[in-house]
Amino acid sequence: MRFMMIVKATQDSEEGIMPSQELVDAMMKYNEELVKAGVMLAAEGLHASSGGIRISYPEPGGKPQIMDGPFTESKELIAGFTLIEVNSREEAIEWAMRMPDPHGRGEGVIELREVIETPELTSNPDSLALHAQLRDLGRPKS
Amino acid sequence: MASSIHRTVDAIWRMEAAKIIAVLTRMVRDVGIAEDLAQDTLIVALEKWPETGIPDNPGAWLMTAAKRRALDYLRRDRVLGRKYEEIGREMDMRQQDQEYDAVVEEDIGDDLLRLIFMTCHPLLSSQARVALTLRLLGGLTTVEIAHAYLVPEPTVAQRIVRAKRTLAEARVPFEVPQAPELKGRLSSVYEVIYLMFNEGYSATSGENWTRPLLCKEALRLGRILAEIVPSESEVHGLVALMEFQSSRLRTRVDSSGEPILLMDQNRAQWDQLLIRRGFAALERAGRIPGALGPYSLQASISACHARARTPSETNWIRIAALYEALAQAAPSPVVELNRAVSLAMAFGPEVGLEIVDALALEPALKEYHLLPSVRGDFLMKLGRVQEACEEFKRAASLTSNARERAMLLKRASDCVTDSGPESVSETGTE
Repeated sequence: MRFMMIVKATQDSEEGIMPSQELVDAMMKYNEELVKAGVMLAAEGLHASSGGIRISYPEPGGKPQIMDGPFTESKELIAGFTLIEVNSREEAIEWAMRMPDPHGRGEGVIELREVIETPELTSNPDSLALHAQLRDLGRPKS
Repeated sequence: MASSIHRTVDAIWRMEAAKIIAVLTRMVRDVGIAEDLAQDTLIVALEKWPETGIPDNPGAWLMTAAKRRALDYLRRDRVLGRKYEEIGREMDMRQQDQEYDAVVEEDIGDDLLRLIFMTCHPLLSSQARVALTLRLLGGLTTVEIAHAYLVPEPTVAQRIVRAKRTLAEARVPFEVPQAPELKGRLSSVYEVIYLMFNEGYSATSGENWTRPLLCKEALRLGRILAEIVPSESEVHGLVALMEFQSSRLRTRVDSSGEPILLMDQNRAQWDQLLIRRGFAALERAGRIPGALGPYSLQASISACHARARTPSETNWIRIAALYEALAQAAPSPVVELNRAVSLAMAFGPEVGLEIVDALALEPALKEYHLLPSVRGDFLMKLGRVQEACEEFKRAASLTSNARERAMLLKRASDCVTDSGPESVSETGTE
């Protein structure tokens, strides 16, 4: 099963303040560990939301609205993610626990979300409909 | 509460087992004893942690506790075996304590590699190698392995016990083989991993077409090995091959469990992440000097399919050339059969039929269901419907996979009713 370890944005990351060398080194060491254990699939860090773009659909069936960043509420933003392939939810938690505190000054938050996998996803209309349903469930409500 | 801690301990165990067993094997020089000691440690953790809570660094806790057990064992063993050396030993032990503590700090990649060479030792049957590798390096339980292979648990347990005894009796050293032997021994490791993968990818028996657990475990072991011996081109080729093939796992069967052939799969649903990883691994293989080996060549063929957005974009001429290279690097009738398919796709069925007809005399393929299946394909395309029907029936009688048999029988009966366009068997093109 796949999990996404989401590192939440902090005030620092949103202001473009680079993490300390110590933290960068610890993160690199951690990523290496993931690779050596054969669980790492992908890992990316994101630019601050000031360069981001948001597309929203406030009216059902209406036109999308485009909004430029920065976005407020840094806790709800993400600063980076790591995709891992593990055998259980517990293993995902264990790996996330081994990640260094991504902020180091009190604002570090890591969120774990399981990636929806549809092993029997096919051209079968029933399973496609189910997949679409599941995807909708995964969408944020707001 | 207790069961949630158990699940956490299980997860930690699977993450740490291989490392712990590797380090202990280095200490006690017997993989069976090392595993027993490691298991004892796990039992202690299972008893202790529900009360004390899980330690901050559970991996290090397990490793330290396991090493302590191994030291106790060595002391006991020595006291029992060589009492007369007692006093001198006592002195040695103190030094060794420090030495062993240093083991954890070191890169344990070497110990893991030694362990892989041990579980994949040519002395063992290929079944035993796979079972022992899954158990000691994958941290799988005997039940899980038995389930994955659809065999009774005692069978797997027996295989593992016997394998460990064989290794102990032959006094197989815990070491990385020296240069002249190294390449061959590495090939045997790749072989075990790929065998495991294939067993999962195309189940040879039973109702299921794929068994994802084996594929995932093989891919994980391959990725681990690639980081331990990164300068070996073929390890990256092997990983690339498994990444590409895994990218199609979810499109290989439909919701009723029927197999979907490569050319009929919905390519939009191939796993793009794994495809990218496949290309990256193949690139790593290519960067290492020397000609591409058999796994890298097979991965290159797989890459051709990954690159084609639609079946009609497939570069069959390149695939045929790659099979030609593969036939030279690792000649086998099965490769020849695949070459026939790619040539037929590139230049027409009569070209393929010529090679396949020559292969009919090959004794190794006498019982191989894909030969008549592919031949049936060519005949069908050439409009020789009746002969095609016979070939599909023959193929059906040779396969032990129930679903595949059903599919082949369906093709045989389709021959009678219509003679529409047919697709190429997937296994025949990869």
